[in-house]
Amino acid sequence: MTEAFRDKIDIALTVNGEAVEARVPAGRHMIDFLRLDLGLTGAHAGCEHGVCGACTIHVDGQAVRGCLMLAAQADGSEVWTLEGLTETGVIRDLQDAFVARNALQCGYCTPGMLASIKELLDQGGVPDRAAIREHLSGNYCRCTGYEAIIDAVESVAKARAGEAV
Amino acid sequence: MTISFGNPDRPNSYIGKTVPRPNAPRLVQGRGKYVDDIVLPRMAHVVFVRSPYAHARIGAIDTAEAAAVKGVLRIFTGADLAAVCTPWVAVLAHLKGLKSPPQHALAVDRACWVGDPVVAVVATSRAAAEEAAALVEVDYDPLPAVTDMMTALDTDTPVLHPDMGDNLAFRRLHEEGDVEAAFAKAFKVVEARFKTARHTGVTLEPRSILVDWNPAEGQMTAYHATQAPHMIQTVLAKHLDLPEGRVRVICDDVGGSYGIKVHVYPDEVATAAIAKIMARPIKIVADRLESFTTDIHARDHEIGARIAVDADGRILAFDIDDWTAIGAYSVYPRTSAIEGNQVVNLCGGPYDFANYRAQTSVVFQNKTPTCQYRAVGHPIAVAVTEGLVDMAAAELGMDPVEIRRRNMYADDAYPVTSPAKMRFEGLSHHASMDKLLALMDYDALRAEQAELRKKGIHRGIGIASFIELTNPSPFMYGIGGARISAQDGCTVRMDPDGSIVALSGVTEQGQGTEAMLAQIVAEGVGVAPAKVRVITGDTQVTPYGGGTWASRGAGIGGEAALQSALALKASILEVAGSMLQAPVDALDIRDGQVVDSTTGEARMPLEELGRIVYFRGDTLPKGLPRELVQTRHFITSDYPFAFTNGVQASYLEVDTDTGEVKLLKHWCVEDCGRIINPQLVDEQIRGGIVQGLGGALYEEIHYDEDGQLLNGSMADYLVPMAAEMPDMVIGHVETPTMESTLGAKGAGEAGTAGAPAAVMNAINDALRPMGAQVTAMPFTPERVLRAMGKIDD
Repeated sequence: MTEAFRDKIDIALTVNGEAVEARVPAGRHMIDFLRLDLGLTGAHAGCEHGVCGACTIHVDGQAVRGCLMLAAQADGSEVWTLEGLTETGVIRDLQDAFVARNALQCGYCTPGMLASIKELLDQGGVPDRAAIREHLSGNYCRCTGYEAIIDAVESVAKARAGEAV
Repeated sequence: MTISFGNPDRPNSYIGKTVPRPNAPRLVQGRGKYVDDIVLPRMAHVVFVRSPYAHARIGAIDTAEAAAVKGVLRIFTGADLAAVCTPWVAVLAHLKGLKSPPQHALAVDRACWVGDPVVAVVATSRAAAEEAAALVEVDYDPLPAVTDMMTALDTDTPVLHPDMGDNLAFRRLHEEGDVEAAFAKAFKVVEARFKTARHTGVTLEPRSILVDWNPAEGQMTAYHATQAPHMIQTVLAKHLDLPEGRVRVICDDVGGSYGIKVHVYPDEVATAAIAKIMARPIKIVADRLESFTTDIHARDHEIGARIAVDADGRILAFDIDDWTAIGAYSVYPRTSAIEGNQVVNLCGGPYDFANYRAQTSVVFQNKTPTCQYRAVGHPIAVAVTEGLVDMAAAELGMDPVEIRRRNMYADDAYPVTSPAKMRFEGLSHHASMDKLLALMDYDALRAEQAELRKKGIHRGIGIASFIELTNPSPFMYGIGGARISAQDGCTVRMDPDGSIVALSGVTEQGQGTEAMLAQIVAEGVGVAPAKVRVITGDTQVTPYGGGTWASRGAGIGGEAALQSALALKASILEVAGSMLQAPVDALDIRDGQVVDSTTGEARMPLEELGRIVYFRGDTLPKGLPRELVQTRHFITSDYPFAFTNGVQASYLEVDTDTGEVKLLKHWCVEDCGRIINPQLVDEQIRGGIVQGLGGALYEEIHYDEDGQLLNGSMADYLVPMAAEMPDMVIGHVETPTMESTLGAKGAGEAGTAGAPAAVMNAINDALRPMGAQVTAMPFTPERVLRAMGKIDD
């Protein structure tokens, strides 16, 4: 089989700070690679259309839909999932705020939601509620009605900026 | 034992406090365990070939090409599975006349909706199974499809199931008083036609099941995203010819349910049948298109309705003609007649009036089956009732609050039986309305609205009072013959280290069930909530129970937990009394210590008592009871249901150029009896409101006239997103039920019940000066502009 038609691709990347080498089917989606091949079941497949945001992860510093990206495209990338973000403690305050405010119910959207929020909070400043809502418009939550999530994000943004919460 | 709920400073006062959910940290760290996260040795995947036709005879099935795909293990047709799995018929004896044909796990001979499973392909990977499924050739012979609700019973409409005789699944007429006379003497009669759109739950986690059959043990284990593990145990055992005791259903984390995951789905039963045939674990996780074509739909109703009022605005009569189309089958085992039945039960609910006529006509059609979804029937009944009440107020020139004041049952009128023959133990419509008006500053809001209207800004205020059915007794399903438990149980035990384990038959899908149970048990025994570990969702481990649906978790599961915790406390104190040579009533347990009940002085930590009981039982008197495990069950018996009540308000702005509705704020005051965890209740209300707002403004399943589903993706079927949703103010009135010590009623569905009506009334409040009115949900920009006469093609 020629190089142009091979159906398995060798990739090397870092996932949650660890080096990973793998041979993946060309059609393997990133979310399936993480969940099925690496056992990282934090991010979830919700719609596999790029709409619901449950599969959101970080690739090279950006929030990315794990269902719209092929694993083959991640060659050479730095990938972070909720498991890694948890271990490094970079969103500990956000996770604590989610628990305190009950900003999750079933928890299925939560890993993707946290990944999207991290992208917003990393921009610094204190976004207003409308801006938080707008930023999270690509992350569906069917349980909470969103208000508790907005509250949690707002409180973390204020705390990080040194404002009274 | 009693608990002085009125004293917030009582010892161990966890009931009524916001206590964090024990399962939340796990979920925010990506350590949840949903069905799709579970991988078993030799696990295979099943993918279903589904009918692309709304109605078709199934001819020859050619699987040769599919079977040749690498990784494919077996392919099953309907006939193959019918040999090991019996069909079911979803009727209930108390819903007189309800009929439905036998339904198989895979369609045999005939497919009846787009998405009906026809062939199952099993492979070592899901990708291989999907590839092979696309290669299965089914010879379909299309049949005429029944797709229009209102002509389903016409003589020239084909009969969907010839054996059933006609397309009428169920009809119920309820009449009370003299409706015709009331309308004849009315000062005003207002009539309208309402539509609520067919929509669905859109759980972010699709339906999922992983079933393992171990023939060496004779044991089936199903890991299932379900609300009712014991019900599923019974169903799998019955239809796969297994002893019930040999089926174990395990339900770990569930990614949203809202009623979607409380039903029996043919593809899930097929998965269990295949696991039994292949004697290895088989998994199905629906993809999103399958979710839209096979998750139950709901709310597909058209209602002609009228109200009669006298000159003072007193309601004389309601007359309701409800129609709903349920798809091709009544859904097993709860049936698809409940929603229409609820419309009959609930219309006019908050109001003290005498003459009532309501009929529901439930028809078959070639679409996805409908069944119970959050707030079953309530959003429809509340929209019709509150829509009519607002229209009548407008006719009379009366404020919408005033007409409600004149008609709502007085807060001291209870117990009372409604014209629909619903029995109310204790409601608080007026107190709730008072609180709502204060929270929203109603008069100021009206002034603001009037001021803005002068500037051409069209805002509306909509009010919707409602009742909500919670804590169902066997009158909901059991009396009809369904093995669906209305009772629930809890086992509480103390381990040697003084920690407490509670095993409950109610289940957790994110509501906070486990937190609620933990704090009840903590208070009942006398330990900190962190000392309580709650286990739910395993039929082999927990007491038999109904699970979580119809807002029963707190009211029924919570009371069972309280009674078992109090019983354990009594057992512990009996041992402590012997050890400390003190009368039992002189002792109490507080924060994990046996204490002197009057002085609070610590006498012995529970871990010391545990050490003695479990390791040095020889030092206790022979014959001293030392059962540190107690189980109690609870069932409601005085009332068929514990009704709750509430009132919602919506404030919104209509853009008269684009027809868009912008939600500005939403309020809800509700009365779910004793509040166990204020934060969890508020978030149930908020989440429920937003699901109701979805139905009001966005959510609608579209079919064409041939029964093709037109919007089967999240991009095409709109659900509420963060940017469009308002902040919501929640308030409470507490009227505990006297049926239980705990006094809790349900809170999970109140938000969904009232929100659509509040939005409808607010839009019509904004449009009324322009002579426009909307009554067909969802209220899309197009429908608003049509109502205003700005689109007429």
